[in-house]
Amino acid sequence: MGKDSKLILDPLTDNNPITIQVLGICSALAITAELEASIVMSISVLFVLGIGNVVISLMRNIIPSKIRIIVQLIVVATLVIIVDLVLKAFAYELSKTLSVFVGLIITNCIIMGRFEAFALGNGPYRSFLDGIGNALGYGVILIIVGFFRELLGSGTLLGIPVLGDPIEKTGLYAIGYENNGFMLLSPMALIVVGIIIWVQRSRNKALIED
Amino acid sequence: MEHIELFFKSIFIDNMVFATFLGMCSYLAVSKKVSTAVGLGAAVIFVLAITVPLNWLLDQYILQPGALSWLGEEYAAYDLSFLSFIMFIATIATMVQLVEIVVEKFSPSLYNSLGIFLPLIAVNCAILGGSLFMQSREIATLGLALNYGVASGIGWFLAILAIAAIREKIRYSNVPPALRGLGITFIITGLMAIGFMSFGGMLTGGDEEAKPATDTEVSEVIMEAIENDETDNKTVVVDDSQSITENLNK
Repeated sequence: MGKDSKLILDPLTDNNPITIQVLGICSALAITAELEASIVMSISVLFVLGIGNVVISLMRNIIPSKIRIIVQLIVVATLVIIVDLVLKAFAYELSKTLSVFVGLIITNCIIMGRFEAFALGNGPYRSFLDGIGNALGYGVILIIVGFFRELLGSGTLLGIPVLGDPIEKTGLYAIGYENNGFMLLSPMALIVVGIIIWVQRSRNKALIED
Repeated sequence: MEHIELFFKSIFIDNMVFATFLGMCSYLAVSKKVSTAVGLGAAVIFVLAITVPLNWLLDQYILQPGALSWLGEEYAAYDLSFLSFIMFIATIATMVQLVEIVVEKFSPSLYNSLGIFLPLIAVNCAILGGSLFMQSREIATLGLALNYGVASGIGWFLAILAIAAIREKIRYSNVPPALRGLGITFIITGLMAIGFMSFGGMLTGGDEEAKPATDTEVSEVIMEAIENDETDNKTVVVDDSQSITENLNK
């Protein structure tokens, strides 16, 4: 039990896919201007990585190692098409916001990285836990970044104003607070992730690089 | 003109790394030394230049709604666009493999410099991203698609070259321990991206995009002026008189 729960808990902190393994950064940065998009993206990755890891793990003994990358890509691409069609059917506006980034889950390095590093060498159950753990670790960072960018950038969370009304000057705005529109621009995602890494490594000195 | 515009737009304004964060993983992983960064950058240009036009043809003649009409009237109603992810990624993976074999056969020296990076590229988001953006921006002709592929590749190349050069130098600086390596690279990339945003007005000269913005700004300013009319006037008068007296004193 201890070993299995480690599979889920490790990627959340000390072996986080984004801040430590440096995988799956592209989408983490591009779509985090709003909290809602970050959450949907995390759930999509959770689905693709959880199921994909199980599928690859079940097939691991029959995939010839020379063509394994193409096999993996086809498995991911199929799962991503399912996600894309579901999003288009039930959350059309959001799928417009995410645009090509849903498709880019295919080449999200987390997925290929976990297939290569874990699912090809472990059984389905453990692969499933590993997939869920890593997707959650990815989601945590996405949601933290999305939370700060939306809160500081437009003063809302999930589209609901939480800091008062900027036009009517209520809440925080009454004492002269202004939204920092800069947070909505893409470069700030990089800087926010940089700061998360800084905080994480300051707290756990073992992670510091030379 | 259209070609030149797309070329510079893809390199500077819609730079793959700084505007859309594509290919970030290999950008961070392979940018420790300039020489390896150049190798990977060249391979990305090469593969983008092949796969984007190829996927354009695929999109135009097979995947788009009605694209199959060249086969005959009865096929005109088909819409295969839901297959585009799987088709694009299969094309890319196959092409990368093919390019690797061809390069190994005909130019061993190029193979030695690109060789190890080619398999990596199949899963580089910049490559698939190039094809997906080509599709979503509805690039009109094959020539423009080729142009777009090459130009975005060059943009990516420039970005990885710049960060690799900075990372080589930053080794001699005294960065806070917890920021060393990954953290500082993120922050530098962020700053570089802010710098690249200033290319935004390059093509329009700041005219086309600036106009509607100024209109709303002006109206906002007027609104505020009306709202704060009485109070503001007084303070302005006070300020003015103060500055006048200051000037006089000087």
